[in-house]
Amino acid sequence: MTEAKTFMQAPDERGRFGEFGGRFVPEALMPACLELEIAFKDAWSDPAFIEEYNTVLRQFAGRPTPVTPLLRLSEKLGINVYAKREDLAHTGSHKINNVVGQTLLTKRMGKTRVIAETGAGQHGVATATAAARLGLECTVYMGEVDTIRQSLNVFRMELLGATVVPVTSGSRTLKDAVNEAMREWVTCVTDTHYCLGSVMGPHPFPWMVREMQSIIGHESSRQLIELGVATPDFVVACVGGGSNAAGIFSGFANTSARLIGVEAAGGAAVKNGSPGVLHGMRSMLIQSEFGQIEEAHSISAGLDYPGIGPEHAHLADAGRAEYYPIGDEVVLDALQLLSELEGIIPALETAHAVAWITREAGKTIPKGSSVLLNLSGRGDKDVAQVRSLLRGE
Amino acid sequence: MKPLETKLRAVRESGRKALVPYFMAGLTPDWTQHVEAAVHAGADAVEIGIPFSDPIMDGVVIQEAALTSLSRGTNLDSIAADLAKMSVDVPLITMTYFNIFHHYGLERSIGKLTESGIEGAIVPDLSLEESGPWTEISNSHDLANIFLVAPSTSPDRAKLLAQASEGFCYASARMAVTGKSSDEGGAQSVVAGIRAGSDIPTYVGIGISTPEQAQAASLLGDGVIVGSALVQLLLDGAGPSKVEEFISSFRRAID
Repeated sequence: MTEAKTFMQAPDERGRFGEFGGRFVPEALMPACLELEIAFKDAWSDPAFIEEYNTVLRQFAGRPTPVTPLLRLSEKLGINVYAKREDLAHTGSHKINNVVGQTLLTKRMGKTRVIAETGAGQHGVATATAAARLGLECTVYMGEVDTIRQSLNVFRMELLGATVVPVTSGSRTLKDAVNEAMREWVTCVTDTHYCLGSVMGPHPFPWMVREMQSIIGHESSRQLIELGVATPDFVVACVGGGSNAAGIFSGFANTSARLIGVEAAGGAAVKNGSPGVLHGMRSMLIQSEFGQIEEAHSISAGLDYPGIGPEHAHLADAGRAEYYPIGDEVVLDALQLLSELEGIIPALETAHAVAWITREAGKTIPKGSSVLLNLSGRGDKDVAQVRSLLRGE
Repeated sequence: MKPLETKLRAVRESGRKALVPYFMAGLTPDWTQHVEAAVHAGADAVEIGIPFSDPIMDGVVIQEAALTSLSRGTNLDSIAADLAKMSVDVPLITMTYFNIFHHYGLERSIGKLTESGIEGAIVPDLSLEESGPWTEISNSHDLANIFLVAPSTSPDRAKLLAQASEGFCYASARMAVTGKSSDEGGAQSVVAGIRAGSDIPTYVGIGISTPEQAQAASLLGDGVIVGSALVQLLLDGAGPSKVEEFISSFRRAID
């Protein structure tokens, strides 16, 4: 088959996806990025490494996760919704896929320590988990605001033997946690790997993290066929940096499926942003008239990011994927709807994707369409926040 | 050779170690007076920091200064207006992050900088690999590009960076962001790595906060850069006379 254009392949040698990506980092970090690129390429083409990665995902992380037909939601909306159940993966979200890969790579590179940033705490918990399993030292940078919003996750990371450092600079959320992790990485790059949690940052991170999440797309493609769906009409995922979306999109990038990324309205980098350079990458960013990065605002800490991964910026630019904002106000409704109809409490991040599907069923999504939802995380971490929002407690 | 390099080579040929202080533009309404005081006290060139919201190469002091300056409404236009009112007889070099110029437009930024008397630029997150379009435009405006070499930089890379640098090459003394000086540093090998690639003037910076450290660093390279220690002084409310005193103490240490 000859396609005019194929999507979600390796980036070019400069780490570019179209006009986006690249490697905009201080010189102190360049050698580490170059080393990581070589190590990743080497590991990812080594059958023994892939086998180990798959074995850990199977024996430790609970893969493959199922695809669940959401029968009552489908009936209500007049469409056929299938959920890829990343909420059932160990630590409660898709984040485990990436950290299993990166911690194995850390060991392979002979490094003994990982650092990570976290927003909602999911990536931090996942990193602490994977680090504990391999006996790696782990430090997690988390915006002070998020340590309060997600205090239970802070404790979880500590139980797992990690050190959590509250970040008090800037907006004290995810963006600043990334800044601080990068600053820290400068000082300890020889023995420490920066286990970045999303498809962002300097090359090779956006590519590597997408590859380590692509198992979501590959599994669901196979599982949908078993359920009688050759190709879904829509594939829908929430997008902060965009790792769960990149993972599921990569199974369908070169099919007829419409790929939909759902951003938090207060951090909608594709809709409200412009091209810029932050955290090592050229991508779409929310910024001021003079190029200062604006603070994102969202009900969910995991989507509180003023940018988006560079490959998503490229997919949007090329018209291959579409990105839509969803406001906080409909997210709680979606969370309740999925809980009541399907017995699944989704993460607030995931609820954005549910809200978009709910709103667009019968509109953007024609009646009778098949829709694959990436149910990227479970809502346990958000229950206290949701209770206080719904009941004022 | 770009004008900045001609001037900085002349400083070296005169047998003088260069002293380059860093100021955060727009930190206070009278910030240009601080620059003038530093030049009066013997600075050979001045780094003009343009504040950015997410300075990943900077420690807490410069971060705080950037936020303070931004809260005063500082931007590229306001800095250019301030610089137009300032009169100093040493070269000015800007230091900021690439997004400032990327967003403002590369051609427009470089035009604005050079009109304001800026002769060089340090853009720490603009890697050598990504610098092509920026370098092309700066060449047509005689703006010099200064690259950093870090202790982690390989010998081959150090050569490339030294050869790509114009004006001077920035030897990062430590694996640290600005303002930290907890360890011995690795300036000696960094300077040697640069020297292996080019005879460009080489200035040592990152974590130089006392005259004693400046003196030691000046023996390794052709000059020293002092940033956070000076900016801390300004955050604490120092006026031009304090700045002059501070710079004089460094001047004496390296002469």
